[in-house]
Amino acid sequence: MVEAPGWDARRAREIIAEFSGVEGAMLPILHALQGEFGYVAEDATPVIAEALNLSRAEVHGVISFYHDFRHAPAGRHSLKLCRGEACQSMGSEALAQKFLAGRSLGWHETSADGSLTVDPVYCLGLCSSSPAALLDGEPIARLDLASLDEAVDEALAEAQA
Amino acid sequence: MTRIFISKDIAALAVGANKTAARLEAEAKARGLAVEIVRTGSRGMYFLETLVEVETAGGRIGYGPVAAPDVASLFDAGFLAGGAHPLRIGRTEDHPFMARQNRLTFARCGIIDPTSLADYESLGGWRGLARAIEIGPAATIAEVLKSGLRGRGGAGFPTGIKWKTVADAPADRRYVVCNFDEGDSGTFADRMIVEGDPYALIEGMTICALAIGASKGYVYCRSEYPHAGKTFSEALGLARSAGYLGSNIKGSGLSFDIELRMGAGAYVCGEETSLLESLEGRRGIVRAKPPLPAHKGLFARPTVVNNVLSLVAIPTILEHGADFYASFGMGRSRGTMPLQIAGNVRFGGLFETAFGLTLGEIVEDIGGGTATGRPVRAVQCGGPLGAYFPPALFDTPFDYEAFAARDGLIGHGGLVVFDDTVEMAQMARFAMEFCAIESCGKCTPCRIGSTRGVEVVDKIMAGDRVSENLALLEDLCQTMKFGSLCALGGFAPYPVLSAMRHFPEDFSPRALAAE
Repeated sequence: MVEAPGWDARRAREIIAEFSGVEGAMLPILHALQGEFGYVAEDATPVIAEALNLSRAEVHGVISFYHDFRHAPAGRHSLKLCRGEACQSMGSEALAQKFLAGRSLGWHETSADGSLTVDPVYCLGLCSSSPAALLDGEPIARLDLASLDEAVDEALAEAQA
Repeated sequence: MTRIFISKDIAALAVGANKTAARLEAEAKARGLAVEIVRTGSRGMYFLETLVEVETAGGRIGYGPVAAPDVASLFDAGFLAGGAHPLRIGRTEDHPFMARQNRLTFARCGIIDPTSLADYESLGGWRGLARAIEIGPAATIAEVLKSGLRGRGGAGFPTGIKWKTVADAPADRRYVVCNFDEGDSGTFADRMIVEGDPYALIEGMTICALAIGASKGYVYCRSEYPHAGKTFSEALGLARSAGYLGSNIKGSGLSFDIELRMGAGAYVCGEETSLLESLEGRRGIVRAKPPLPAHKGLFARPTVVNNVLSLVAIPTILEHGADFYASFGMGRSRGTMPLQIAGNVRFGGLFETAFGLTLGEIVEDIGGGTATGRPVRAVQCGGPLGAYFPPALFDTPFDYEAFAARDGLIGHGGLVVFDDTVEMAQMARFAMEFCAIESCGKCTPCRIGSTRGVEVVDKIMAGDRVSENLALLEDLCQTMKFGSLCALGGFAPYPVLSAMRHFPEDFSPRALAAE
């Protein structure tokens, strides 16, 4: 079996073991794994199941329930564009469509060169400063196509420098 | 040394507060001026961010919105002494947006360094807890009951009754769980107070723990709020080191600690039983009630699940007394509510006020109408599951019962303003789409109904047998409303039905043909 990119089974076991004494450890474990590897590999399921004394189906059920957990690595940069009603009232749907079309991307897709993943998000709590987004975890707001493109291009350029 | 205050609330960061702060520091250095830049939470006037405040003999003088390129001209205008400048707003407290508020819960927010224990103590921090320790659990619960505080998450259930139920339930251990899964679009009050005054939440939860006899608390924070999570986590560490959490808190004999848990992008986890499932490590599937969480909650123990805003209101109630808090408000809606004025609005931000203002006063007078300058067409009140109100209903007072009487809800206090370019059939479709994306899948009306709802709206928008499909949509909404297990499927029909009722022209074949 070919190991998934960047996945380290031994390190994963160490992370899982760190949460052995925690009540309701599942989400903290999944967050820690995704924090370390950028996604939760299929291989993690049996290890977590054994550690928490659950079936593999139960673990798979949890991972697939939550929007945050990825099954494969994301792009090097992450853009989460808000689709909440407050952002829609300021034209976020049209903005998103134009931005995605300009980059030949759809929601949840990663660019061909692996540089950018775009996900929708339903509210960032920036509802008085719409439209808003999180770019690599940092908030940006009062966006239009020009300022969004500029911010994303800046982030992409930094990585190359 | 002149002190300058700049917010580090994410709504300020999102418009360049860090760049403004860096430029201020560099400019002061270049001019040989001694300044200390203090990073605070936000005052809630998001239309003025980045707001820069200077400490003067006459109070804090505000300038805003200040972008980095404006900084040099502020120094030229002598802003360190409160000098005149086009961006000067005067004393921040005197600004019309601030002066009309009743800041009880948000009194410190935007003024203090959020994680400074000294700042928190100097502005009344821990006094509520001290009084709770002094009067004991039973009297504390009585005080909360008497204050009339109702759950600020949206359901409006009396907080004191919930606490008493948990306190009276026999158990080997009990829990306090704070619902910080603020998923409603148009709301940000929880985020703002946790980023700006995190010790208030710690104090509120500790008072609750004392009242109900809990030794462990959890804060469930949504993952879309990483900054708030970081601030709260830092505050937890500092409070623990200072003896405000842990065993025998400040010699009171009370032992209590709080753990922060992050959600993982599921809106439904804001529903209390789904939240408990998630905390226990399972899929966020809604539980059937009864048993109520107050009887059988987290790990099957009696559990208080309260929204952030309910818990942060507690220290004020204990410090100043139930009568003081209850003297604000109207009818059965007592105290204050932080309104979150959002969307297409000129003066957007957080406005804490006693219940009773009319929707029109909030949107037109305080919010200043739309940001685009076009007429207001609709206001969605209470999040993505709240009804759309047309200007014809602007006389509705902001009160739980008054909104319910008009088939709406105040929910968590979010108000999203739309101008006349909004297409209401599209918004109705989105409500169903959102419900389909976020449904936990346990009950059929929500899981299947939301997807069917999207399809039916699509048919209406395509002009396919419009009147029959409108009747079908109405029927589907009633089924979801009365047949769903929780508020997600149960309330998703509110935006749909209100859009159909108040904006029928958007669903008529002629309007659709014109598109």
